[in-house]
Amino acid sequence: MTSRTLLRLSVVAVLASGLISAGCGGSASKDELVIGEYGSLTGNDATFGQSTKNGVEVALEELTAQKQGKIGGLPVRVQVEDDQSKAEEAATVVQKLINQDRAIAVLGEVASSRSLAGGPICQNAGVPMISPSSTNPRVTQVGDYIFRMCFLDQFQGTVMARFTAQNLKLRKVAILKDSKNDYSVGLARFFTEAFTGLGGSIVTEQAYQSGDNDFRAQLTAIKAKNPEAIVVPGYYTEAGLIARQARELGLKQPLIGGDGWESEKLIEIGGDALNGCVYTNHWALDLQEPRLQAFLKTYRDKYQGDPDAIGGLAYDAANVLFGALEKLAEQDPQTFKGLASSKAGSDARKAAEKRLRDLIATTTSYPGVTGTITLDENRNASKPAVVIEIKGGKKTYNSSFNP
Amino acid sequence: MSEFLQQLVNGVTWGSVYALIALGYTMVYGILRLINFAHGDVYMLGAFFGFFAARFLNAARDPSPFKALLVLLSAMVACGIIGIVMERAAYKPVRRSSRLAALITAIGVSLLLENGGILLFGPDPKFFPQIIPARNIALGMGVTISNQQILILSVSLVLMFALRFIVLHTRTGKAMQAVSYNPMAAALMGISVDRIVTFTFMLGSMLAAAAGVLVALQNPKIEPLMGIMPGLKAFVAAVLGGIGNIPGAVLGGLVMGIAEVLVVGYVSPTYRDAIAFVLLIVILLVRPAGILGRNVAEKV
Repeated sequence: MTSRTLLRLSVVAVLASGLISAGCGGSASKDELVIGEYGSLTGNDATFGQSTKNGVEVALEELTAQKQGKIGGLPVRVQVEDDQSKAEEAATVVQKLINQDRAIAVLGEVASSRSLAGGPICQNAGVPMISPSSTNPRVTQVGDYIFRMCFLDQFQGTVMARFTAQNLKLRKVAILKDSKNDYSVGLARFFTEAFTGLGGSIVTEQAYQSGDNDFRAQLTAIKAKNPEAIVVPGYYTEAGLIARQARELGLKQPLIGGDGWESEKLIEIGGDALNGCVYTNHWALDLQEPRLQAFLKTYRDKYQGDPDAIGGLAYDAANVLFGALEKLAEQDPQTFKGLASSKAGSDARKAAEKRLRDLIATTTSYPGVTGTITLDENRNASKPAVVIEIKGGKKTYNSSFNP
Repeated sequence: MSEFLQQLVNGVTWGSVYALIALGYTMVYGILRLINFAHGDVYMLGAFFGFFAARFLNAARDPSPFKALLVLLSAMVACGIIGIVMERAAYKPVRRSSRLAALITAIGVSLLLENGGILLFGPDPKFFPQIIPARNIALGMGVTISNQQILILSVSLVLMFALRFIVLHTRTGKAMQAVSYNPMAAALMGISVDRIVTFTFMLGSMLAAAAGVLVALQNPKIEPLMGIMPGLKAFVAAVLGGIGNIPGAVLGGLVMGIAEVLVVGYVSPTYRDAIAFVLLIVILLVRPAGILGRNVAEKV
């Protein structure tokens, strides 16, 4: 070995040891509870991630006000990662949250496709993941460490079908779904099953792909079939654009959507074209529920705007997680210590995460702002859905459906 | 029948946008034998310049045809300047190097504009204000056309005829033809090749900017990566019509637009992007010079 290679090797060794000690130093000096959160802070569905982040921040702020931001003596830190509205990116950031940030639990995502990308990673690592608002049934079927705070698309699709058939008294509808999106494909299927069961018929089913911005060809094909309504089980960006282009092509039928429409941007994009359209949602801001109204007040003081249901569900998800952590700290302080950031990778951490999972799974009658949350044996919440009608550029409450 | 006619209207509208972008590709290729891959990103910049101009003029709240024209012109001027800077800074230094060097430079400029756009404008989609309120005009037989579609068609036509006039009937245009035919001989005749090349880039970039604003009027979602696909498809349109051939670019654009809309409407939206490349493969197999292109024997 020449002296030059030796020199290079020693430089590498010094650098490597420096990195390792820096890594250890960081976590040993300050023990904390790291909670990972991932969402679409940018990209096509940016308001989903931003609303989730805001909801979690409100919960964290309340924890700071009431308990100095500590659970069981350890300060809580939420590490947020952006997946740019891409499923591939979601898998990468969840890997990072678990392997680098050593998160004890993960909050996220809204979009079912991205929850399905992150879920298996959490399941394999034994880290509990709570999706606040992914409604596709497959999300929690990934494994016993995956939970959700909202209803499922079987129920949502049924509500949409019942509202269309019974309240609007329509029989012939067209579907325009996002063929690359698990949520949209699933919701379209559940709607079709329920709607044909109620005696309605689907005159045509057309598809687009997320990110498209021209839907005229599909809408022209729909127009030729002359349906009484168009079901658009996709996300808000495309729904707004579809509404505008439908009106331009002379289609005056109402559009019917699901909770993917829930965004402050929906009306900004679709404008007047959305008047008379309806969608199913997790809450309506004009409902006089005391818990909801209290949350609204806090939220408006902090952000000078209205939250959407996505933010409300994230707030509930964060509080359910905090509640489970507090319970663990009280019942079994010894096991709880395994969650401290210095214990990352140890057997104590594994055991503590197992206990945390069990406690989240037993969530019963939790009084959330989006309704009472009880998790069933499949780790899903069963909650009522509301139908929102857009009138004069405003989202207004129309009716509620119980499961 | 009315469905088919409606799809044709949709297709021609899209096609005229592809035609506008394809013109820029074909002009630059005709003169420099360079495929300017950054052209689609100039289209994106055009949409964004229009967006900021509309915001500055407050055109969303108080729309008027005059403001819409101003938005279009300011985007075209801004992109014209970008075209000049792009040519002087990136392409001129490599003009005498191999064609591969120029091609790689073009890809580099394209990446610079896309990622620079993400840095400057942010990766979230923005929504172009409705500076021209949409109105529908019934054409009979159940076919409707919106005033925005009419605008896209008529502005595209006006710009294409203006380009034709410039190329065929002005001194600069004749110089462009001369440079395209033989740059060395043109230089010997006293034509400033540098000036003509810069002028070509400016003209092409202005057309791309116009396409950007026109599309944003109709499909208001704009984001920094929006130029990639239309750019590629317009390139295919230029090849389809016969690259270097101006009427060919227009024809290729229309064929592309109609083919795309018919595939989405009657086959499956999954093939929306695929059809462009199927057309490219077919034309390369059947008629490599393009529909209107002439086969030029390579001198050995």
